[in-house]
Amino acid sequence: MAQARLDRREQITGWAFIAPALVLLGLFMIYPIVWSLWMSFQVGKGMNLSFGGFTNIMRLTKDTVFLRALGNTFTFFIIQVPIMITLALLFAVALNDATLKFRGLFRTAIFLPCVTSLIAYSTLFKSMFATDGVVNQALMAIHAISGPISWFGDPFWAKVVVIIAITWRWTGYNMIFYLAALQNIDRSIYEAARIDGVPAWARFRYLTIPMLKPVILFTTVISTIGTLQLFDEVYNFTAGTGGPSDSTLTLSLYIYNLTFKFMPSFGYSATVSWVIVIVVAILSFLQFLVARDRRVKP
Amino acid sequence: MTVSPMTDMAADRAVATRSFMPGNAWALVRRGLVYLMLSVAAFISVFPFFWMIVGATNSSAEIIKGKASFGDALFTNAATFFTQVDALRVFWNSGFIAVVATALTLVISSLAGYGFEMFRSRIRERIFSLLLLLLSIPFAAMMVPLFVMFAQAKLVNTYVAVILPTVASIFIIFYFRQATKAFPSELRDAAKIDGLKEWQIFLFVYMPVMRSTYAAATIIIFMTNWNNYLWPLIVLQTAENKTITLILSALTSAYTPDYGMLLFGTVLATLPTLVIFFLLQRRFVEGMLGAVK
Repeated sequence: MAQARLDRREQITGWAFIAPALVLLGLFMIYPIVWSLWMSFQVGKGMNLSFGGFTNIMRLTKDTVFLRALGNTFTFFIIQVPIMITLALLFAVALNDATLKFRGLFRTAIFLPCVTSLIAYSTLFKSMFATDGVVNQALMAIHAISGPISWFGDPFWAKVVVIIAITWRWTGYNMIFYLAALQNIDRSIYEAARIDGVPAWARFRYLTIPMLKPVILFTTVISTIGTLQLFDEVYNFTAGTGGPSDSTLTLSLYIYNLTFKFMPSFGYSATVSWVIVIVVAILSFLQFLVARDRRVKP
Repeated sequence: MTVSPMTDMAADRAVATRSFMPGNAWALVRRGLVYLMLSVAAFISVFPFFWMIVGATNSSAEIIKGKASFGDALFTNAATFFTQVDALRVFWNSGFIAVVATALTLVISSLAGYGFEMFRSRIRERIFSLLLLLLSIPFAAMMVPLFVMFAQAKLVNTYVAVILPTVASIFIIFYFRQATKAFPSELRDAAKIDGLKEWQIFLFVYMPVMRSTYAAATIIIFMTNWNNYLWPLIVLQTAENKTITLILSALTSAYTPDYGMLLFGTVLATLPTLVIFFLLQRRFVEGMLGAVK
Protein backbone atom coordinates (compact mmCIF):
# COMPACT_ATOMS: atom_id res chain seq x y z
CA MET A 1 0.00 0.00 0.00
CA ALA A 2 2.83 2.32 0.78
CA GLN A 3 4.64 1.69 -2.47
CA ALA A 4 2.17 3.80 -4.37
CA ARG A 5 3.09 7.46 -4.34
CA LEU A 6 0.96 9.48 -2.03
CA ASP A 7 -1.08 12.27 -3.52
CA ARG A 8 -1.16 15.74 -2.02
CA ARG A 9 -4.15 15.07 0.15
CA GLU A 10 -2.64 11.91 1.55
CA GLN A 11 0.57 13.78 2.29
CA ILE A 12 -1.38 16.28 4.36
CA THR A 13 -3.30 13.49 6.12
CA GLY A 14 0.01 11.80 6.93
CA TRP A 15 1.31 14.92 8.61
CA ALA A 16 -1.98 15.44 10.42
CA PHE A 17 -1.78 12.00 12.02
CA ILE A 18 1.70 12.51 13.41
CA ALA A 19 1.46 16.25 14.16
CA PRO A 20 0.20 16.07 17.76
CA ALA A 21 2.97 13.67 18.74
CA LEU A 22 5.62 15.72 16.94
CA VAL A 23 4.57 18.97 18.61
CA LEU A 24 4.66 17.36 22.06
CA LEU A 25 7.97 15.60 21.43
CA GLY A 26 9.49 18.78 20.12
CA LEU A 27 8.37 20.78 23.12
CA PHE A 28 9.00 18.28 25.92
CA MET A 29 11.87 16.25 24.56
CA ILE A 30 13.89 17.79 21.75
CA TYR A 31 13.85 21.32 23.13
CA PRO A 32 14.93 20.23 26.66
CA ILE A 33 17.65 17.98 25.21
CA VAL A 34 19.13 20.80 23.14
CA TRP A 35 18.80 23.15 26.10
CA SER A 36 20.57 20.74 28.42
CA LEU A 37 23.41 20.37 25.93
CA TRP A 38 23.74 24.16 26.01
CA MET A 39 23.41 24.19 29.79
CA SER A 40 26.22 21.68 30.17
CA PHE A 41 28.68 24.34 29.06
CA GLN A 42 27.46 26.87 31.60
CA VAL A 43 28.61 27.53 35.15
CA GLY A 44 27.00 29.26 38.12
CA LYS A 45 24.53 28.68 40.91
CA GLY A 46 20.78 28.39 40.39
CA MET A 47 19.62 30.29 37.32
CA ASN A 48 22.59 32.71 37.33
CA LEU A 49 24.44 30.93 34.59
CA SER A 50 27.25 32.12 32.39
CA PHE A 51 29.22 30.44 29.65
CA GLY A 52 32.05 28.40 31.14
CA GLY A 53 33.48 26.57 28.14
CA PHE A 54 35.06 23.31 29.26
CA THR A 55 35.03 24.17 32.99
CA ASN A 56 32.38 21.53 33.73
CA ILE A 57 34.18 18.85 31.77
CA MET A 58 37.38 19.60 33.71
CA ARG A 59 35.39 19.41 36.93
CA LEU A 60 34.16 15.94 35.95
CA THR A 61 37.66 14.52 35.79
CA LYS A 62 38.44 15.73 39.32
CA ASP A 63 35.09 14.89 40.88
CA THR A 64 35.68 11.67 42.85
CA VAL A 65 31.98 11.32 43.71
CA PHE A 66 31.13 11.44 40.01
CA LEU A 67 33.80 8.87 39.21
CA ARG A 68 32.46 6.59 41.91
CA ALA A 69 28.89 6.97 40.59
CA LEU A 70 30.14 6.19 37.09
CA GLY A 71 31.96 3.11 38.38
CA ASN A 72 28.91 1.89 40.31
CA THR A 73 26.63 2.38 37.33
CA PHE A 74 29.05 0.40 35.18
CA THR A 75 29.25 -2.39 37.74
CA PHE A 76 25.46 -2.68 37.81
CA PHE A 77 25.32 -2.68 34.03
CA ILE A 78 28.13 -5.19 33.37
CA ILE A 79 26.85 -7.72 35.88
CA GLN A 80 23.11 -7.29 35.79
CA VAL A 81 22.27 -7.03 32.07
CA PRO A 82 23.95 -10.31 30.98
CA ILE A 83 22.45 -12.27 33.89
CA MET A 84 18.99 -10.96 33.16
CA ILE A 85 19.14 -11.47 29.39
CA THR A 86 20.42 -15.04 29.82
CA LEU A 87 17.71 -15.93 32.33
CA ALA A 88 15.00 -14.34 30.22
CA LEU A 89 16.15 -16.30 27.15
CA LEU A 90 16.28 -19.59 29.06
CA PHE A 91 12.79 -19.11 30.48
CA ALA A 92 11.39 -18.06 27.11
CA VAL A 93 12.84 -21.06 25.29
CA ALA A 94 11.61 -23.42 28.00
CA LEU A 95 8.13 -21.88 27.95
CA ASN A 96 7.90 -22.02 24.18
CA ASP A 97 7.69 -25.81 24.35
CA ALA A 98 4.08 -26.66 23.56
CA THR A 99 4.20 -29.94 25.48
CA LEU A 100 5.12 -28.23 28.72
CA LYS A 101 2.45 -28.39 31.40
CA PHE A 102 1.37 -25.27 33.32
CA ARG A 103 2.89 -22.97 30.68
CA GLY A 104 0.39 -20.20 31.29
CA LEU A 105 0.91 -20.43 35.03
CA PHE A 106 4.71 -20.26 34.77
CA ARG A 107 4.54 -17.41 32.27
CA THR A 108 2.19 -15.35 34.41
CA ALA A 109 4.22 -16.01 37.56
CA ILE A 110 7.51 -14.96 35.98
CA PHE A 111 5.96 -11.88 34.40
CA LEU A 112 4.16 -10.84 37.58
CA PRO A 113 7.03 -8.76 39.11
CA CYS A 114 6.60 -6.26 36.25
CA VAL A 115 3.29 -5.02 37.61
CA THR A 116 4.87 -3.72 40.80
CA SER A 117 6.02 -0.15 40.97
CA LEU A 118 9.73 0.35 41.41
CA ILE A 119 9.00 2.00 44.72
CA ALA A 120 6.65 -0.73 45.95
CA TYR A 121 9.06 -3.50 45.20
CA SER A 122 12.07 -1.70 46.63
CA THR A 123 10.13 -1.27 49.87
CA LEU A 124 9.40 -5.01 49.76
CA PHE A 125 13.02 -5.90 49.15
CA LYS A 126 14.20 -3.54 51.85
CA SER A 127 12.05 -5.39 54.38
CA MET A 128 13.00 -8.84 53.07
CA PHE A 129 16.72 -8.07 53.20
CA ALA A 130 16.63 -6.65 56.74
CA THR A 131 19.49 -8.01 58.86
CA ASP A 132 17.19 -10.34 60.80
CA GLY A 133 14.90 -10.65 57.82
CA VAL A 134 13.46 -13.50 55.84
CA VAL A 135 16.28 -13.77 53.29
CA ASN A 136 19.02 -14.11 55.88
CA GLN A 137 16.93 -16.61 57.82
CA ALA A 138 16.34 -18.71 54.71
CA LEU A 139 20.05 -18.61 53.82
CA MET A 140 21.01 -19.61 57.35
CA ALA A 141 18.42 -22.39 57.37
CA ILE A 142 20.04 -23.99 54.33
CA HIS A 143 23.48 -23.28 55.83
CA ALA A 144 24.54 -21.08 52.91
CA ILE A 145 25.83 -18.51 55.43
CA SER A 146 26.79 -18.91 59.07
CA GLY A 147 25.69 -15.50 60.32
CA PRO A 148 23.33 -12.83 59.01
CA ILE A 149 24.61 -10.56 56.24
CA SER A 150 24.21 -6.83 56.79
CA TRP A 151 22.80 -6.30 53.28
CA PHE A 152 22.44 -2.55 53.40
CA GLY A 153 25.37 -1.88 55.71
CA ASP A 154 28.04 -3.37 53.51
CA PRO A 155 29.12 -1.72 50.24
CA PHE A 156 29.48 -5.05 48.44
CA TRP A 157 26.21 -6.64 49.58
CA ALA A 158 24.29 -3.41 49.02
CA LYS A 159 25.25 -3.66 45.36
CA VAL A 160 24.27 -7.32 45.31
CA VAL A 161 20.78 -6.50 46.62
CA VAL A 162 20.35 -3.85 43.94
CA ILE A 163 21.34 -6.36 41.24
CA ILE A 164 19.04 -9.07 42.62
CA ALA A 165 16.20 -6.58 42.87
CA ILE A 166 16.46 -5.29 39.30
CA THR A 167 16.82 -8.81 37.94
CA TRP A 168 13.70 -9.87 39.83
CA ARG A 169 11.74 -6.93 38.47
CA TRP A 170 12.74 -7.06 34.79
CA THR A 171 13.51 -10.68 33.76
CA GLY A 172 9.86 -11.48 33.01
CA TYR A 173 9.50 -8.30 31.00
CA ASN A 174 12.35 -9.28 28.69
CA MET A 175 11.10 -12.85 28.56
CA ILE A 176 7.82 -11.70 27.02
CA PHE A 177 9.70 -10.12 24.10
CA TYR A 178 11.58 -13.36 23.45
CA LEU A 179 8.44 -15.49 23.78
CA ALA A 180 6.66 -13.29 21.28
CA ALA A 181 9.58 -13.53 18.85
CA LEU A 182 9.93 -17.30 19.29
CA GLN A 183 6.29 -17.83 18.33
CA ASN A 184 7.00 -16.23 14.98
CA ILE A 185 9.90 -18.50 14.09
CA ASP A 186 9.02 -21.02 11.43
CA ARG A 187 8.93 -24.30 13.32
CA SER A 188 9.75 -26.44 10.29
CA ILE A 189 13.35 -25.19 10.54
CA TYR A 190 13.63 -26.88 13.94
CA GLU A 191 11.98 -29.99 12.65
CA ALA A 192 14.50 -30.23 9.81
CA ALA A 193 17.39 -29.72 12.23
CA ARG A 194 16.02 -32.32 14.58
CA ILE A 195 15.61 -34.88 11.81
CA ASP A 196 19.20 -34.17 10.79
CA GLY A 197 20.21 -35.10 14.35
CA VAL A 198 21.25 -31.64 15.54
CA PRO A 199 21.29 -31.80 19.37
CA ALA A 200 19.15 -29.44 21.43
CA TRP A 201 21.98 -27.20 22.62
CA ALA A 202 23.22 -26.75 19.06
CA ARG A 203 19.72 -25.89 17.87
CA PHE A 204 19.63 -23.28 20.62
CA ARG A 205 23.06 -21.91 19.81
CA TYR A 206 22.92 -21.94 16.01
CA LEU A 207 19.20 -21.54 15.31
CA THR A 208 17.44 -19.84 18.19
CA ILE A 209 20.08 -17.26 19.09
CA PRO A 210 20.72 -16.05 15.51
CA MET A 211 17.01 -15.83 14.76
CA LEU A 212 16.29 -13.95 17.95
CA LYS A 213 19.23 -11.64 17.40
CA PRO A 214 17.22 -8.52 16.53
CA VAL A 215 15.05 -8.93 19.64
CA ILE A 216 18.06 -9.72 21.82
CA LEU A 217 19.73 -6.59 20.54
CA PHE A 218 16.59 -4.53 21.15
CA THR A 219 16.16 -5.77 24.72
CA THR A 220 19.87 -5.41 25.46
CA VAL A 221 19.83 -1.79 24.33
CA ILE A 222 16.63 -1.08 26.28
CA SER A 223 18.07 -2.77 29.40
CA THR A 224 21.33 -0.88 29.04
CA ILE A 225 19.48 2.42 28.93
CA GLY A 226 17.38 1.35 31.89
CA THR A 227 20.31 0.25 34.00
CA LEU A 228 22.31 3.38 33.24
CA GLN A 229 19.32 5.43 34.38
CA LEU A 230 18.94 3.46 37.62
CA PHE A 231 17.38 5.74 40.20
CA ASP A 232 14.16 4.67 41.95
CA GLU A 233 15.52 1.54 43.62
CA VAL A 234 18.73 3.01 45.02
CA TYR A 235 16.94 6.20 46.04
CA ASN A 236 14.43 4.17 47.99
CA PHE A 237 16.87 1.64 49.47
CA THR A 238 19.15 4.33 50.84
CA ALA A 239 16.76 7.24 51.49
CA GLY A 240 18.42 9.16 48.67
CA THR A 241 22.01 8.91 49.87
CA GLY A 242 23.33 6.12 47.62
CA GLY A 243 25.10 4.66 50.64
CA PRO A 244 26.78 2.97 52.36
CA SER A 245 29.71 5.24 51.55
CA ASP A 246 28.41 6.00 48.03
CA SER A 247 28.55 2.30 47.07
CA THR A 248 25.12 2.39 45.42
CA LEU A 249 25.26 5.97 44.15
CA THR A 250 24.25 5.96 40.48
CA LEU A 251 24.69 8.70 37.90
CA SER A 252 20.98 9.55 37.88
CA LEU A 253 20.93 9.78 41.67
CA TYR A 254 23.98 12.02 41.58
CA ILE A 255 22.33 14.29 38.99
CA TYR A 256 19.23 14.48 41.14
CA ASN A 257 21.28 15.38 44.20
CA LEU A 258 23.29 17.96 42.27
CA THR A 259 20.12 19.59 40.99
CA PHE A 260 17.68 19.39 43.85
CA LYS A 261 19.59 18.53 47.04
CA PHE A 262 22.89 20.38 47.00
CA MET A 263 23.38 24.01 45.95
CA PRO A 264 21.66 23.75 42.57
CA SER A 265 24.24 23.74 39.84
CA PHE A 266 22.14 23.14 36.74
CA GLY A 267 25.09 23.49 34.38
CA TYR A 268 27.20 20.83 36.01
CA SER A 269 24.33 18.39 36.47
CA ALA A 270 23.51 18.79 32.78
CA THR A 271 27.14 17.89 32.01
CA VAL A 272 26.84 14.72 34.11
CA SER A 273 23.61 13.81 32.34
CA TRP A 274 25.37 14.08 28.99
CA VAL A 275 27.91 11.58 30.24
CA ILE A 276 25.01 9.09 30.40
CA VAL A 277 23.96 10.02 26.87
CA ILE A 278 27.48 9.46 25.56
CA VAL A 279 27.93 6.18 27.45
CA VAL A 280 24.57 4.90 26.17
CA ALA A 281 25.50 5.90 22.62
CA ILE A 282 28.88 4.13 22.82
CA LEU A 283 27.42 0.98 24.38
CA SER A 284 24.53 0.78 21.92
CA PHE A 285 27.00 1.17 19.07
CA LEU A 286 29.22 -1.60 20.51
CA GLN A 287 26.20 -3.86 20.92
CA PHE A 288 25.28 -3.30 17.28
CA LEU A 289 28.82 -4.21 16.29
CA VAL A 290 28.82 -7.39 18.37
CA ALA A 291 25.44 -8.39 16.96
CA ARG A 292 26.74 -7.89 13.43
CA ASP A 293 29.96 -9.83 14.09
CA ARG A 294 28.00 -12.85 15.16
CA ARG A 295 26.51 -13.21 11.72
CA VAL A 296 29.96 -13.66 10.16
CA LYS A 297 30.80 -16.57 12.44
CA PRO A 298 29.20 -19.96 11.66
CA MET B 1 22.03 -26.30 29.19
CA THR B 2 18.46 -27.26 29.94
CA VAL B 3 16.83 -26.19 26.76
CA SER B 4 13.76 -27.88 25.51
CA PRO B 5 13.33 -28.33 21.78
CA MET B 6 10.76 -26.39 19.88
CA THR B 7 8.77 -27.76 17.01
CA ASP B 8 5.19 -27.80 15.89
CA MET B 9 2.75 -29.30 18.31
CA ALA B 10 2.20 -32.68 16.70
CA ALA B 11 5.89 -33.43 16.38
CA ASP B 12 6.42 -32.22 19.91
CA ARG B 13 3.83 -34.56 21.21
CA ALA B 14 5.41 -37.47 19.40
CA VAL B 15 8.76 -36.59 20.94
CA ALA B 16 7.22 -36.16 24.36
CA THR B 17 5.65 -39.59 24.22
CA ARG B 18 8.92 -41.02 23.08
CA SER B 19 10.85 -39.30 25.85
CA PHE B 20 8.74 -40.87 28.55
CA MET B 21 9.40 -44.30 27.23
CA PRO B 22 11.85 -46.40 29.23
CA GLY B 23 15.40 -46.11 27.99
CA ASN B 24 15.09 -42.45 27.18
CA ALA B 25 16.24 -41.41 30.63
CA TRP B 26 18.22 -38.39 29.49
CA ALA B 27 15.18 -36.70 27.97
CA LEU B 28 13.32 -37.37 31.19
CA VAL B 29 16.06 -35.83 33.29
CA ARG B 30 16.20 -32.83 30.99
CA ARG B 31 12.48 -32.37 31.23
CA GLY B 32 12.73 -32.59 35.02
CA LEU B 33 15.42 -29.92 35.04
CA VAL B 34 13.26 -27.59 32.94
CA TYR B 35 10.39 -27.98 35.39
CA LEU B 36 12.75 -27.45 38.31
CA MET B 37 14.20 -24.28 36.78
CA LEU B 38 10.77 -22.86 35.97
CA SER B 39 9.41 -23.76 39.40
CA VAL B 40 12.28 -22.05 41.17
CA ALA B 41 11.88 -18.99 38.94
CA ALA B 42 8.13 -18.90 39.52
CA PHE B 43 8.61 -19.28 43.27
CA ILE B 44 11.14 -16.45 43.45
CA SER B 45 8.91 -14.28 41.28
CA VAL B 46 5.80 -14.82 43.36
CA PHE B 47 7.27 -15.05 46.88
CA PRO B 48 7.63 -11.27 47.39
CA PHE B 49 3.91 -10.88 46.60
CA PHE B 50 3.12 -13.46 49.26
CA TRP B 51 5.53 -11.67 51.57
CA MET B 52 3.82 -8.36 50.89
CA ILE B 53 0.37 -9.72 51.76
CA VAL B 54 1.61 -11.57 54.84
CA GLY B 55 3.60 -8.51 55.86
CA ALA B 56 0.49 -6.35 55.79
CA THR B 57 -0.86 -8.50 58.63
CA ASN B 58 2.26 -8.37 60.78
CA SER B 59 3.86 -5.71 62.93
CA SER B 60 7.02 -3.98 61.77
CA ALA B 61 9.13 -5.81 64.37
CA GLU B 62 7.82 -9.17 63.17
CA ILE B 63 8.49 -8.31 59.53
CA ILE B 64 12.14 -7.42 59.99
CA LYS B 65 12.55 -10.60 62.03
CA GLY B 66 11.39 -12.48 58.93
CA LYS B 67 8.03 -13.81 60.14
CA ALA B 68 6.47 -15.45 57.07
CA SER B 69 3.06 -16.39 58.44
CA PHE B 70 -0.13 -14.39 58.81
CA GLY B 71 -0.35 -12.25 61.93
CA ASP B 72 -3.04 -10.16 63.57
CA ALA B 73 -1.75 -6.64 62.99
CA LEU B 74 -3.73 -5.98 59.80
CA PHE B 75 -6.13 -3.52 61.40
CA THR B 76 -3.39 -1.77 63.32
CA ASN B 77 -1.41 -1.37 60.10
CA ALA B 78 -4.47 -0.12 58.24
CA ALA B 79 -5.26 2.34 61.02
CA THR B 80 -1.67 3.66 61.06
CA PHE B 81 -1.67 3.95 57.28
CA PHE B 82 -4.95 5.83 57.11
CA THR B 83 -3.98 8.25 59.88
CA GLN B 84 -0.60 9.04 58.34
CA VAL B 85 -1.76 9.17 54.74
CA ASP B 86 -4.70 11.05 53.26
CA ALA B 87 -5.44 7.91 51.25
CA LEU B 88 -8.45 9.17 49.31
CA ARG B 89 -6.56 12.21 48.11
CA VAL B 90 -3.37 10.33 47.32
CA PHE B 91 -5.12 7.59 45.33
CA TRP B 92 -7.21 10.18 43.53
CA ASN B 93 -3.97 11.93 42.48
CA SER B 94 -2.40 8.69 41.28
CA GLY B 95 -5.57 7.51 39.56
CA PHE B 96 -6.35 10.79 37.85
CA ILE B 97 -2.80 11.19 36.56
CA ALA B 98 -2.55 7.58 35.36
CA VAL B 99 -5.98 7.48 33.68
CA VAL B 100 -5.67 10.83 31.89
CA ALA B 101 -2.08 10.16 30.85
CA THR B 102 -2.98 6.68 29.57
CA ALA B 103 -5.95 7.95 27.52
CA LEU B 104 -3.93 10.79 25.99
CA THR B 105 -0.91 8.58 25.27
CA LEU B 106 -3.08 5.93 23.59
CA VAL B 107 -4.70 8.47 21.28
CA ILE B 108 -1.65 10.54 20.40
CA SER B 109 0.83 7.68 20.06
CA SER B 110 -1.50 5.38 18.10
CA LEU B 111 -2.35 8.23 15.71
CA ALA B 112 1.35 8.76 15.14
CA GLY B 113 2.16 5.04 14.79
CA TYR B 114 -0.66 4.69 12.24
CA GLY B 115 0.42 7.84 10.43
CA PHE B 116 4.05 6.78 10.14
CA GLU B 117 3.14 3.34 8.80
CA MET B 118 0.22 4.16 6.50
CA PHE B 119 1.49 7.37 4.93
CA ARG B 120 5.13 6.76 4.25
CA SER B 121 7.26 9.49 2.78
CA ARG B 122 10.96 10.09 2.81
CA ILE B 123 10.80 12.99 5.29
CA ARG B 124 8.58 11.11 7.70
CA GLU B 125 10.86 8.06 7.55
CA ARG B 126 13.77 10.35 8.46
CA ILE B 127 11.82 11.80 11.35
CA PHE B 128 10.96 8.32 12.53
CA SER B 129 14.63 7.27 12.52
CA LEU B 130 15.49 10.42 14.46
CA LEU B 131 12.83 9.51 17.05
CA LEU B 132 14.32 6.02 17.44
CA LEU B 133 17.68 7.65 18.11
CA LEU B 134 16.09 9.92 20.73
CA LEU B 135 14.69 6.81 22.42
CA SER B 136 18.16 6.15 23.76
CA ILE B 137 18.55 9.54 25.43
CA PRO B 138 17.97 9.06 29.14
CA PHE B 139 15.43 11.10 31.03
CA ALA B 140 18.18 12.54 33.22
CA ALA B 141 19.43 14.52 30.24
CA MET B 142 16.20 16.46 29.91
CA MET B 143 14.92 16.64 33.43
CA VAL B 144 16.70 19.81 34.47
CA PRO B 145 15.56 21.98 31.51
CA LEU B 146 12.13 20.37 31.70
CA PHE B 147 11.86 21.42 35.33
CA VAL B 148 13.01 24.95 34.52
CA MET B 149 10.45 25.13 31.67
CA PHE B 150 7.57 24.17 33.93
CA ALA B 151 8.85 26.48 36.66
CA GLN B 152 8.88 29.41 34.21
CA ALA B 153 5.38 28.51 33.02
CA LYS B 154 4.31 28.48 36.71
CA LEU B 155 3.04 24.93 36.28
CA VAL B 156 5.17 23.24 38.92
CA ASN B 157 3.06 21.24 41.38
CA THR B 158 0.21 20.64 38.90
CA TYR B 159 -1.19 17.52 37.26
CA VAL B 160 -0.50 19.10 33.88
CA ALA B 161 3.22 19.18 34.58
CA VAL B 162 3.23 15.48 35.49
CA ILE B 163 1.14 14.36 32.52
CA LEU B 164 2.21 16.48 29.54
CA PRO B 165 5.82 15.31 29.08
CA THR B 166 4.76 11.66 29.12
CA VAL B 167 1.96 11.58 26.54
CA ALA B 168 4.00 11.47 23.34
CA SER B 169 5.91 8.28 24.03
CA ILE B 170 8.38 7.24 21.34
CA PHE B 171 8.33 3.68 22.62
CA ILE B 172 4.55 3.46 22.26
CA ILE B 173 4.62 5.14 18.82
CA PHE B 174 7.17 2.54 17.75
CA TYR B 175 5.00 -0.21 19.23
CA PHE B 176 1.91 0.98 17.35
CA ARG B 177 3.82 1.33 14.10
CA GLN B 178 5.07 -2.25 14.40
CA ALA B 179 1.55 -3.49 15.16
CA THR B 180 0.06 -1.51 12.26
CA LYS B 181 2.19 -3.57 9.85
CA ALA B 182 -0.19 -6.46 10.64
CA PHE B 183 -3.32 -4.37 9.97
CA PRO B 184 -4.93 -5.79 6.80
CA SER B 185 -4.74 -3.14 4.10
CA GLU B 186 -7.80 -4.60 2.34
CA LEU B 187 -9.88 -3.31 5.25
CA ARG B 188 -8.63 0.19 4.63
CA ASP B 189 -9.17 -0.09 0.88
CA ALA B 190 -12.70 -1.41 1.39
CA ALA B 191 -13.51 1.39 3.81
CA LYS B 192 -12.20 3.94 1.31
CA ILE B 193 -14.43 2.53 -1.41
CA ASP B 194 -17.33 2.83 1.01
CA GLY B 195 -16.52 6.53 1.19
CA LEU B 196 -15.07 6.72 4.69
CA LYS B 197 -12.71 9.58 5.41
CA GLU B 198 -9.24 8.87 6.83
CA TRP B 199 -10.19 9.82 10.38
CA GLN B 200 -13.29 7.69 10.15
CA ILE B 201 -11.23 4.71 8.99
CA PHE B 202 -8.95 5.21 11.98
CA LEU B 203 -11.80 5.58 14.43
CA PHE B 204 -14.26 2.96 13.16
CA VAL B 205 -12.05 0.39 11.44
CA TYR B 206 -8.51 0.56 12.79
CA MET B 207 -9.25 1.05 16.49
CA PRO B 208 -11.75 -1.83 16.81
CA VAL B 209 -9.59 -4.21 14.77
CA MET B 210 -6.49 -3.40 16.80
CA ARG B 211 -8.09 -3.77 20.21
CA SER B 212 -5.51 -6.32 21.38
CA THR B 213 -2.76 -3.89 20.55
CA TYR B 214 -4.59 -1.17 22.46
CA ALA B 215 -5.05 -3.50 25.42
CA ALA B 216 -1.36 -4.34 25.60
CA ALA B 217 -0.45 -0.69 25.24
CA THR B 218 -2.95 0.23 27.96
CA ILE B 219 -1.26 -2.13 30.40
CA ILE B 220 2.19 -0.79 29.61
CA ILE B 221 1.22 2.89 29.69
CA PHE B 222 -0.99 2.66 32.76
CA MET B 223 1.73 0.84 34.71
CA THR B 224 4.38 3.29 33.61
CA ASN B 225 2.30 6.24 34.75
CA TRP B 226 0.93 4.73 37.93
CA ASN B 227 4.46 3.71 38.90
CA ASN B 228 6.26 6.78 37.60
CA TYR B 229 8.55 8.22 40.22
CA LEU B 230 11.40 10.52 39.28
CA TRP B 231 9.49 13.16 37.33
CA PRO B 232 6.56 13.38 39.81
CA LEU B 233 9.14 13.53 42.60
CA ILE B 234 10.57 16.62 40.95
CA VAL B 235 7.39 18.48 39.97
CA LEU B 236 4.92 17.55 42.70
CA GLN B 237 5.95 19.42 45.77
CA THR B 238 3.09 19.74 48.21
CA ALA B 239 1.69 16.80 50.12
CA GLU B 240 -1.86 17.18 48.80
CA ASN B 241 -0.70 16.68 45.20
CA LYS B 242 1.58 13.72 45.73
CA THR B 243 0.94 10.27 44.26
CA ILE B 244 0.93 7.01 46.20
CA THR B 245 4.38 6.14 44.84
CA LEU B 246 5.85 9.36 46.28
CA ILE B 247 4.11 8.90 49.62
CA LEU B 248 5.30 5.28 49.95
CA SER B 249 8.84 6.32 49.16
CA ALA B 250 8.74 9.11 51.71
CA LEU B 251 7.47 6.71 54.37
CA THR B 252 10.15 4.15 53.49
CA SER B 253 12.84 6.80 53.96
CA ALA B 254 11.88 7.29 57.62
CA TYR B 255 14.68 6.53 60.05
CA THR B 256 12.80 3.56 61.46
CA PRO B 257 10.20 2.69 58.84
CA ASP B 258 6.98 1.05 60.04
CA TYR B 259 7.06 -1.91 57.66
CA GLY B 260 3.65 -3.26 58.66
CA MET B 261 1.98 -0.03 57.66
CA LEU B 262 4.25 0.29 54.60
CA LEU B 263 3.49 -3.18 53.27
CA PHE B 264 -0.21 -2.49 53.79
CA GLY B 265 0.26 0.62 51.64
CA THR B 266 2.25 -1.36 49.11
CA VAL B 267 -0.60 -3.84 48.74
CA LEU B 268 -2.99 -0.95 48.06
CA ALA B 269 -0.57 0.64 45.60
CA THR B 270 -0.03 -2.60 43.68
CA LEU B 271 -3.71 -3.62 43.48
CA PRO B 272 -4.74 -1.37 40.56
CA THR B 273 -1.92 -2.55 38.28
CA LEU B 274 -2.51 -6.17 39.29
CA VAL B 275 -6.23 -5.91 38.52
CA ILE B 276 -5.60 -4.26 35.13
CA PHE B 277 -3.01 -6.89 34.31
CA PHE B 278 -5.29 -9.82 35.10
CA LEU B 279 -8.25 -8.23 33.30
CA LEU B 280 -6.31 -7.60 30.11
CA GLN B 281 -3.79 -10.44 30.34
CA ARG B 282 -5.00 -12.49 27.39
CA ARG B 283 -5.21 -9.47 25.15
CA PHE B 284 -1.82 -8.38 26.42
CA VAL B 285 -0.12 -11.52 25.17
CA GLU B 286 -1.93 -11.28 21.80
CA GLY B 287 -0.97 -7.64 21.51
CA MET B 288 2.68 -8.29 22.25
CA LEU B 289 2.74 -11.10 19.68
CA GLY B 290 1.27 -8.79 17.09
CA ALA B 291 3.83 -6.10 17.72
CA VAL B 292 6.91 -8.25 17.42
CA LYS B 293 5.83 -9.87 14.13
